[in-house]
Order: sequence, then structure tokens, then C-alpha cells
Amino acid sequence: MQTIEYAAPQTLREAIGLLAGAGDSGRVLAGGTDVIVQVREGRRPTVQVLIDVKKVPEANEVTFDQAKGLRLGAAVPCYRIYENEIIARLYPALVDSTSLIGGTAIQGRASLGGNLCNASPAADSIPTLIVLSATAVIAGPEGERRLPVEEFCIGPGRNALQQGEMLVALEFPTPQPRSGAKFLRFIPRNEMDIAVVNAAAHVVLDESRGRILSARIALGAVAPTPLLVAEAAEALVGAELGEAAYKRAAEAAIEASKPIFDMRGSIGQRRHLSGVMVRRAIEGAVARARNS
Amino acid sequence: MPQRMHIETTINEETVEFLCEGRQSLLEVLRDGLGLTGSKEGCNNGNCGACAVIMDGRVVNSCCVLGAEASGATIMTIEGLHGPNGLHPLQQAFLEEAALQCGICTPGFLIAAKALLDQNPNPDEHQIRYWLAGNLCRCTGYDKIIKAVQKAATTMNGGQTAPVAAEAGAR
Repeated sequence: MQTIEYAAPQTLREAIGLLAGAGDSGRVLAGGTDVIVQVREGRRPTVQVLIDVKKVPEANEVTFDQAKGLRLGAAVPCYRIYENEIIARLYPALVDSTSLIGGTAIQGRASLGGNLCNASPAADSIPTLIVLSATAVIAGPEGERRLPVEEFCIGPGRNALQQGEMLVALEFPTPQPRSGAKFLRFIPRNEMDIAVVNAAAHVVLDESRGRILSARIALGAVAPTPLLVAEAAEALVGAELGEAAYKRAAEAAIEASKPIFDMRGSIGQRRHLSGVMVRRAIEGAVARARNS
Repeated sequence: MPQRMHIETTINEETVEFLCEGRQSLLEVLRDGLGLTGSKEGCNNGNCGACAVIMDGRVVNSCCVLGAEASGATIMTIEGLHGPNGLHPLQQAFLEEAALQCGICTPGFLIAAKALLDQNPNPDEHQIRYWLAGNLCRCTGYDKIIKAVQKAATTMNGGQTAPVAAEAGAR
């Protein structure tokens, strides 16, 4: 049985030092709902040190500034996101995601940073992070760097972090006027399941609120990583609100969807659902944008 | 022999000290180290909720918490639910409504329901069902559990029934 050391650094500098010193054998622990299970079940055999970053201030802060936008520490648990009134008002798609990741007991611990680093193709926060144009703030022995969140996952369970680096925070731009975003997922029951397909959409409307100025669309569980579907967004730009444009975007989403067949769904079902979920996500995003 | 850590924590309002290895879960510490066997091991991977405890005011699955993370925390387990005068209203309601059969899931349901009523003393049925979605029961079919939680809420509110929500949201 794997021996695990536990460390709880108090500062970012200390955490980076521990990670760099541990090399391949170090892994960051935030909410632990993925990593503790993986390590204890022997699915991460190289891990010997778990570095708990919940006491690192930068990884636990939630700050909003009208000029700079929202900064979410990577270890902030889901409940602190969906119970935050500013987030609920300005970034409701984050509430969509965080309130359906696992059940209540998971949401008391699980973080968006952990969901992103775990890099599951079906992760329920990543499409939302992508359409909200989030930036991953990464710290390492060489200093800090930033990466658009759509470039963070590089394969199932694999992310862009280099040895000794950790995800510190996620930064979101201040919402534009007349914009809105929506995340949803398809599962066979009402709660507590892994997405067959999930999708998020973000739209910005023109001053008449009748036409789409810009859009971002993301799909999950249909490829090795969550996808930013540029073609679906392009189908919306400049279009009048309505079924015709949404249908073109849905067709582009089906085209971009490259799912596998597994116990959760067939390829045909997942491709079909890609269109349905993208259309519904756009409708939800438009409804929020019209009311914003 | 792996190195053990000395942890000091508060469990059911008592200061508790224990030694644990880095890989040990809080559930293992509770059951095997401290003899608090009320929290059950079901799936051991965060799906079933049988090991639920309240940690710093939040319901969590103790199988997905390291024992070492309990350092400085305040924890309530099922052993701490009853009051000085007997059963907690939730426990009483579970008995009266027959909200259990085999009983393995019951401590987790009681703890999760306690956390719900602490936060929302008047939950509607929809809110109870979503809150308890992370607790699995293979015997009762859930309806009796939901009814018991509603009954306990009514008792704890001095007999007032919960208002019917006009539109039941996910939260």
C-alpha cells in the first residue's frame, strides 16, 4: 500500500517549494473529492505527498472588482460560489455548474480548481469556465503564468501544469452589458450523476437586444477534453435571435462532437444530445442576456 | 512503518487527539481509531453518503476527507446528534415514519438532514430531495425518509408546517 505524506503549507511560496521538491510524487489537495479517492484506490501510484492548499490565502479568496472582474481561488469549494450573491447575480452560469457537481456533501469540499485540474472530459464546471473566458493563474518555481482555460486540459485526466506548478486561481472578466451565460447537462436521473453530454453558452446582444454580437459555446463529454466550439459560436454572430440561428449552431455542435461509446451513452445519442444541449444552453444564455 | 501525525480536533463537542497516517481517511480514523462506528463505510468513494459528518458547519463525506485534515476542525458525527434528553427530533421522526429498513444509510441521512435543517428550517419537498440526493438508500424508496425530515422540521418549528414554495428551485 502506497505511503502518503500530508503537508499543509500556509503560503503560496511554501506550497510551490513543497511541490517542486516532491517532483513527480507531489499532488495538490484541495477539496479532495477526486484526488483522495484516486490515491486511496491506487489510481495515482506515483503520488507520495499530498499538499493541502486550503490554507494558502491566494487559493481561497473570492474577490470581485468592477474593473478587474472576478478572481476565484482554485481551492474555493462549490458552496462558497453558489452562496455568493455577487456571483449569483453576475455569473449565474457558475451557479449552474457548482450546484450540480456531486451532491451536497461533495459541494461542501469540491473546488472548481480541482474540477479543472482533474481534467475529466465530462467535468461539469469546465464548459462554463470556457464560455466565461476564464484564465487559469498558474504559479511555479519560475513565477506566475496565465493560460486561457480552454488550453488547460490536454487529455483525459491530463492538464497543462508542469512539474512544480499549481493552479492558484481562476480569473473572469467583468460581464459585458447585455450578456448572459448558461450551463446544463444531460443525465438519466435528476441529480448526482456523470454527464452524458454537457454544454455551456455565452452570448452578448446588441443594443436592440434582438441580435447576437458575440458568442462562445462549449461542449463536454464528447471528446478527450471539454471543447470550445468556435463553429457553433460563429453560426450565431450577427444573427437575429430565433430558432434558425440556434439550429445552425446546434448543427455545428453535432459536427464538432467526437464522442466515445460507453456505459453512459452511445455515439449516436451523444451526438444528438450535443445539438439539443447546445440549443438549450443558447436559449438559456439569451434569456439571461435579455434580462441583464 | 509510515510516519504518523498527531492531530487535535473537536468531535461531538469534545477535544480529541489521535495519531494517523497520511493516507488514512477521516472515516477510518473515526471507526477504527476512535471507535465511533456510527458513520458507515458504503462506497468509500463519495457516492453514497453513508459516512457523512458535519465538519465546520458543512456536511461532508468522511471517506473523502483525510484524517489529517481534521486538525483544528469542529466535527459532528451521528454519535453527537442526540441531546441530553434523548433522541434528536430527526431520529424520533425516522422511527415514527419507519424511514429505515436495514439502517446502513440512516446515520448519513440523519447527519445530512441535520445540516439541511440547520441552514433551512423550512425546506420544501423539492429542496429536501435535492439536498439528500448524495445519500443513497437501497431499501426504503426515499418517500418515508423525505416525510420523516418534513415531520422533524415541523416538530422543531413548534408544530408549524413549512410553507408551500411557489416555485421549487434547485436551491
